[in-house]
Amino acid sequence: MALSRRHPAALFAVLFVALGTTGAAYAAVSTDTAPKASVASATQVDQGKQLFLEGCSSCHGVAAQGSSNGPSLIGVGAAAVDFQVGSGRMPLAGPNIQAVDKPPVYSEEEIAAMAAYVASLGAGPAIPSDEAVDTTNADVVLGGELFRTNCSQCHNVAGRGGALSNGRWAPNLMSSEPKEVVEAMITGPQNMPVFSDKTITPQEKKDIIRYIQELQKSNNPGGADLGRFGPVTEGVFIFLVGLGILIVISVWIGAKAR
Amino acid sequence: MSTVTPTNNTVAPGGAASWVDDRLHASGGLSKLLKKVFPDHWSFMLGEVALYSFIILLLSGTYLTLWFKPSMTEVIYNGSYMPLKGIKMSEAYASTLNISFDVRAGLLMRQIHHWAALFFLAAMSVHLMRVFFTGAFRKPREMNWVIGTVLLTLGILEGFAGYSLPDDLLSGTGLRIAEGIMQAIPLVGTYLAMFLFGGEFPGNDFISRLYSVHILLIPGILLALVTVHLIMVFYQKHTQFPGAGRTESNVVGFRLYPIYMAKAGGFFFIVFGVTTLISALVAINPIWLYGPYTPSQVTAGSQPDWYMGWLDGAVRIMPNLETNILGHTISWNLLVPALVIPGIMFTSLGLYPWIEAFASGDKREHNLLDRPRNAPTRTALGVMAISFYLMLWFSGDNDIIATAFHLSINQITQTLRIAIFVVPPIAYKVTKHFCLGLQRKDRELLLHGYESGEVLRLPHGEFIEIHKPVSLEEKAVLMGKADIAPLPAAPAIDANGVENPAARKEKARTRLSAWFYADNVAAPSAQELAEAESHAVHGSSHEEISAH
Amino acid sequence: MNELTSNELIGSKDGIDVVSGLPVYPLGHHEPRRADLDPKVAKRAERQVATMFGISALSIIGAITCYIVVPNDKLVYIPPIGPVNANHVTVGVLFGLGIFLIGTGAIHWAKKLMPDVEVTEERHTYTSSPEDKAAFGETFREGKQASGFSEFKLIRRTLLGAMALFPLPLLVFLRDLGPMPGTKLRETIWAKDIAIVTDATYRKIRPEDIPVGGLVNAVPANLLDVEEQDGNLNARGKASIILVRIAPAEIVSQQGEGWDYQGILAYSKICTHVGCPISLYQQRTHHLLCPCHQSTFDLADSGNVVFGPAARRMPQLPITVDADGYLVAQSDFHEPIGPSFWERG
Repeated sequence: MALSRRHPAALFAVLFVALGTTGAAYAAVSTDTAPKASVASATQVDQGKQLFLEGCSSCHGVAAQGSSNGPSLIGVGAAAVDFQVGSGRMPLAGPNIQAVDKPPVYSEEEIAAMAAYVASLGAGPAIPSDEAVDTTNADVVLGGELFRTNCSQCHNVAGRGGALSNGRWAPNLMSSEPKEVVEAMITGPQNMPVFSDKTITPQEKKDIIRYIQELQKSNNPGGADLGRFGPVTEGVFIFLVGLGILIVISVWIGAKAR
Repeated sequence: MSTVTPTNNTVAPGGAASWVDDRLHASGGLSKLLKKVFPDHWSFMLGEVALYSFIILLLSGTYLTLWFKPSMTEVIYNGSYMPLKGIKMSEAYASTLNISFDVRAGLLMRQIHHWAALFFLAAMSVHLMRVFFTGAFRKPREMNWVIGTVLLTLGILEGFAGYSLPDDLLSGTGLRIAEGIMQAIPLVGTYLAMFLFGGEFPGNDFISRLYSVHILLIPGILLALVTVHLIMVFYQKHTQFPGAGRTESNVVGFRLYPIYMAKAGGFFFIVFGVTTLISALVAINPIWLYGPYTPSQVTAGSQPDWYMGWLDGAVRIMPNLETNILGHTISWNLLVPALVIPGIMFTSLGLYPWIEAFASGDKREHNLLDRPRNAPTRTALGVMAISFYLMLWFSGDNDIIATAFHLSINQITQTLRIAIFVVPPIAYKVTKHFCLGLQRKDRELLLHGYESGEVLRLPHGEFIEIHKPVSLEEKAVLMGKADIAPLPAAPAIDANGVENPAARKEKARTRLSAWFYADNVAAPSAQELAEAESHAVHGSSHEEISAH
Repeated sequence: MNELTSNELIGSKDGIDVVSGLPVYPLGHHEPRRADLDPKVAKRAERQVATMFGISALSIIGAITCYIVVPNDKLVYIPPIGPVNANHVTVGVLFGLGIFLIGTGAIHWAKKLMPDVEVTEERHTYTSSPEDKAAFGETFREGKQASGFSEFKLIRRTLLGAMALFPLPLLVFLRDLGPMPGTKLRETIWAKDIAIVTDATYRKIRPEDIPVGGLVNAVPANLLDVEEQDGNLNARGKASIILVRIAPAEIVSQQGEGWDYQGILAYSKICTHVGCPISLYQQRTHHLLCPCHQSTFDLADSGNVVFGPAARRMPQLPITVDADGYLVAQSDFHEPIGPSFWERG
């Protein structure tokens, strides 16, 4: 608000920056299709073990028993591998940092092989089937209610993510695929708690996904959404853009005509 | 004056004007009113933005009352927003959804109302800064300053009440926090909360109670105070910046009729138009995403509107102090940030004109504004206050900052806990230094003019740079500076050799006065100016230059 | 104190007036505008103003037309905003534009075509003349004298007393706004053997339904009945809980012996700071973070505060299983849930 009285041009600069920032909020959303789960075979398990020893064992231990740098993978199931490696979160650049969603390092077959290997170590959640993420008959209303009860506290009511302790965060769900959502709920990646199929049934999970898909449409009946971060961006907008425009006009009104 | 030239100025007003005058004896007063002169400056429009936003709020708010139902009775939603169909919610929330989805232009009106509210408070805040930094609060305008402070306080309360009415998840969370803070008030807190909410939180009564406060009580007081505020501006006449032809005892500008009326009237339409365009294109508070309020749900990024952000921020960074004395709990972690700090902030804001007058001993009327640099201590205090406010505001946004930049919320909070004490004094020092520098520059300009870049060789071989004198207009601005000397120290012993009992109090006052005014760079005296001018005229600026 | 008290004209020096030490410079030379000199420019300005008013009128008519014609339940895709309500955006933009152009037209008119010579108006003095002040003082004294206000001490004192009392009933009449606090803030509807059910779906929970690292947002089984009976959400605001399961080896402490069930811990969901419901449970660190003010609690260590403004730990609900193997409460909370209050102790 320290707008210079003597240099109205500065206002334009402020306005420009503000508009630029607002524009940047509309990052494009990618919609890649998910790799399909496949049935495990003995050779696949062996191949997976090989890949595991090369790429994962330094943190998770040679027998996947875990170490100070990474948790045990016994019993985490194929779903955990498919989620972590399939979303590019694993392999991680270093221990004790938050895994981020990025292009996967491994191919679909390699991921399937590693998933088969980890699944062979102990019983755990399997990769959800296509049926499990089919939302055709899902209830968007119940999904919304469950989302606001169980998910919005971390991921925000609009699914735009939020802050956790010590630099960790709950990710934005705008590009999450249905399978990823189910896998995250049943495996509890990183700091996310597990939402088991008993407390939130598979059908209810579909309802939640249906609601997330509704959010992903980003319908904005009232206009641009400013990132859906809530009132903070609205406040920044009113100062930088709203008052900015009015002050520019005020300068025009107060200036001597030629 | 050639401004207002009626085609035939011998003709008395006819028709309606005459009809009114026959009954109210209004012509004399009205013609004086129409001739009233207002000075032109962009910063004088900030208060207008606030005024016009208030009018827009009254208009759009009236629209909303036609459909809004201030009731916490539970209903099953059956409107056209599919993802909430069949859900139990309060009538207040259901009717807000109805306004947003089923009333044509309802969403537009809701967004106009909300954006105008943000405008109202933003404009009031920036208007306050303008008045502060230019010293427009000085005698004779102290009363209007106090009214302004009250308007700002009430505006914040009014905004929070409006934010709470739709009964969505965000407004309910805000009310829960407000109730929690109320409970922390010693002795009466629990009763206060129970009475206001008609029992425990959330109860059945609060929305309808808040509604009458929001649409009747506070707007009524606001309207009355705004009216008084404006009448005083009219009656006392507007202040003006120093400049050619402007003195403490005149006002230079344009007459109310027709120019100022066209400009101010036009500006109303501009503010209304901009608010409407923003409301058409930019969403605000999409309540349907938040869902109906229930005390068991919450969202990441729970935030108040911007004008409450600083208060929420204070609550966020306060360390967790609580004491138990004789079976009673004192929640310092809430009392200090939510009651003590705002209390101190608004009280000192309201009292500021008297604090400064106490330091300056200045009882004169001031109709010429200070350029902020010419009141270095005041400007530095203002920037210090703003930086303090900003630190609180950032604290209120700590989770959003953490999310947006992937920073640690804990580190941001820890940093701000320190920054709140460190940044404001630095802001004070830097601003004061900067202002004094500008003052010295102004003085230089007056005495030596601009460096022209042309170099002249004097007969005896020395080179000097030719300085161009400042124009008369500039001189008028630069010399329009009311220098105040610090108050002299009161003698500890009076003329009869008796110890002066008031000396201690006076000592504090002189110290305050020195802190305010001691390092002020005075404008050149008339004599200095005349000397400098004669030098410039005779072209012998040699000694002047070598003296530096 | 030598205070500065007046700002009269002190004198005149070299044709420049001096007011209380401030020199006064004469109003500068007025530069005529192009519209003042060139009738064509003036004509153009006139056309511009008229165009703005004209477009404004058309926009307003357009806004009304759109209100009637454009459906309110259709979204149109407007880059870069996204899908927007068609009726809202068309009506809003046209209405806004219509209003905005009236403003710009009026100001353009004022700036280009109305006289732009600044005029000077003298200010009146704010303070009244000594005679007026004296006359007012006299009138006031006369009135006071006539009323006998200072004379009749008894009348004065009883009046003041009566005036001080008369607003009191207005305060007293507020008594029925709400009930007395009583023990309301100390109790919830949890009690021995009340089953724990999932929030929003209201199903009973077995311990094996919650894996290690799991989180369940839960409420008491009788909540819906109580809500129905009370007709409000008060019970929910106090009884909401979260269930988490932590590997027993990782549980450092809890608030009571045997309050968990095989590592399943039940904590109040209502923050002890100002009452936001919290379930931002981070299963690796066992931290529970409040999204409102960032108070952080360690659920593996009795729900103690590890960060933020909250001063008290999250109350734990003792739980066990019933004969059918469903999770139930052992009792109500052993301390008040939610924010502190004066009488809490």
